[in-house]
Amino acid sequence: MPLPREDVEATTPKFLRDKYAIVGVGETSYTRGSDKSTRALASIAVRNAMADAGLKPSEIDGMLSYQFNDSVFSPFVAGDLGIRLNFYMDVFGGGSSTEALIGIAIGVIEAGLCKTVVIFRSMNGFSQVRIGGTGVRSAIPVSGDMMHSRAYGWQSAGQMFAPTFMRHMHDFGTTAEQVAHVRVAHSHHASNNPKAYYKKRVTAEDVVTSRMICKPLHLLDCCVETDNANAIIVTSAERAKDLKHPLVRIRGVVGRCCKPRADMHYQAGPISTVAGHYAKDILWPNSGVSPEDVDLTGSYDAFTFTTMLQLEDYGFCKKGEGGHYVSDGTIMLGGKRPNNTSGGHLCEGYTHGIAMVIENVRQLRHDADDSCPIGSDGKRQHTYDYREGGCRQVKNAEVSANFGWAMPGTGSAMVMRRG
Amino acid sequence: MISAQYLGMPLEVNDLDHENLNYFAYCAKHDFRLQRCASCKLLRYPPTTACPWCSELNSEWVSVEGRGTVHSYTEVHHAIQPAFKPYTPYLVLLVELDTQSDMPTKEEGLRVIGNLVRPDGVLAPKAEVERVGIGSRVRMVFTDVAPGLALPQWTIDETALAGTPWRYRG
Repeated sequence: MPLPREDVEATTPKFLRDKYAIVGVGETSYTRGSDKSTRALASIAVRNAMADAGLKPSEIDGMLSYQFNDSVFSPFVAGDLGIRLNFYMDVFGGGSSTEALIGIAIGVIEAGLCKTVVIFRSMNGFSQVRIGGTGVRSAIPVSGDMMHSRAYGWQSAGQMFAPTFMRHMHDFGTTAEQVAHVRVAHSHHASNNPKAYYKKRVTAEDVVTSRMICKPLHLLDCCVETDNANAIIVTSAERAKDLKHPLVRIRGVVGRCCKPRADMHYQAGPISTVAGHYAKDILWPNSGVSPEDVDLTGSYDAFTFTTMLQLEDYGFCKKGEGGHYVSDGTIMLGGKRPNNTSGGHLCEGYTHGIAMVIENVRQLRHDADDSCPIGSDGKRQHTYDYREGGCRQVKNAEVSANFGWAMPGTGSAMVMRRG
Repeated sequence: MISAQYLGMPLEVNDLDHENLNYFAYCAKHDFRLQRCASCKLLRYPPTTACPWCSELNSEWVSVEGRGTVHSYTEVHHAIQPAFKPYTPYLVLLVELDTQSDMPTKEEGLRVIGNLVRPDGVLAPKAEVERVGIGSRVRMVFTDVAPGLALPQWTIDETALAGTPWRYRG
């Protein structure tokens, strides 16, 4: 039987560990009603990322983006900002894209195609193409493989992923209340993030008593639809040494790793297992670290359940114990291994996975943009007091991991470290 | 080309999509058929160009018994397509067929999507929705959409021994 893959040969040669870095991050505000085109949003986010890195447009020569037929392409953004490109590519895809594109950026720089790559995602996920699938998305004709999904009123991400979530509850006794703690944690973190769209702290009871969307997902198990753009800049660590922030190095990546039958993973069980089960065997050897070495995580939280399943299948707890793991305080700020300290897509805003990478870059710089005062040296004086409206910097953060998710059967991941 | 309206949605199977054309042509005759690989003889779902286990291109369409057990499901309360809203809550069922269950490995099977419907193919009322969960026994019926197009669907198998299915509580 050819599947699953038996060999887990790392895709990144070990000598690329730490050789590349993320040197700039930027975003627009998170809104519902941006009153801007995706072209304008992307240009603002990329410009902010360049300013953050201290790079001029003439020092950027590569561009990557991802989208769902809902956004601007790289040449327009580059043109608007006076960037002359030696390489660009705009790919189709969602929540498994960021880490995968970072891997591609490393590859094309290593291959000599360009030197410094900006990666962006720009979307009016509320005011134009609704990411939840209503509006223009629900009006297009049902054809091809969609005859076996959308024709049955099985269309939105929540509806499509729900059989995996339900089966996890069935197989392991995972409860809605346990998983609701993902929203609880992210809402607490968002309350300390001035950028976050939803800053209100919620309880597990708030989550499980919010209205049902599709079982087992309540309204508060689902992320927010917003208008925004995010950008990050990847270059060699050697080049990054001259830039203004503490170095955030890329230890290893895995991109769009799939379960068997990525076309319909429900054909290949256990369906309560997600792509991280396979991706972990590339991520950890590539990075040379184990889950125990990770100080904080960022995970694609389109839903509370996606975070729980990823943390479980990447090995932060035993298979089946994800419900307990996300509800015992570990993933809260002040806990052993905080998750989505920005509030993530459940609370901060929705950008298809890239925002959690931005957050972890800032965390590893020890420069989370919370409300702590800025000292005379120009640096934020973190208090590590995580009460509402306070600090959200993780103390002594050295190693982070990010987990991207396209669907239960496809995922990407990355480990970064400080210094 | 098959083209029809169903619950407010335009359904289209184009002339190049031979696998789906064949699949739905049999469904229109209320004959559920899947492709059987000419080489390894395994059945597969949904229709594909090549065999997922051995890459063989040739296959034959064989009739398959439409009976199985609910492997997982979701109960939709907030419909995306407007025409589904009057039918909420409706069930999307992932049903593992009795045929080729646990094959070729114990984690695999033919898991066929469908809604829970009444025997006449109309989306099931709430009282029926609330009877079905993981482990429920169901049988296939068809929703006739238009001449030449029917969707395979699931209805409660009233002849099966009534066990207690696992249902999400809350």
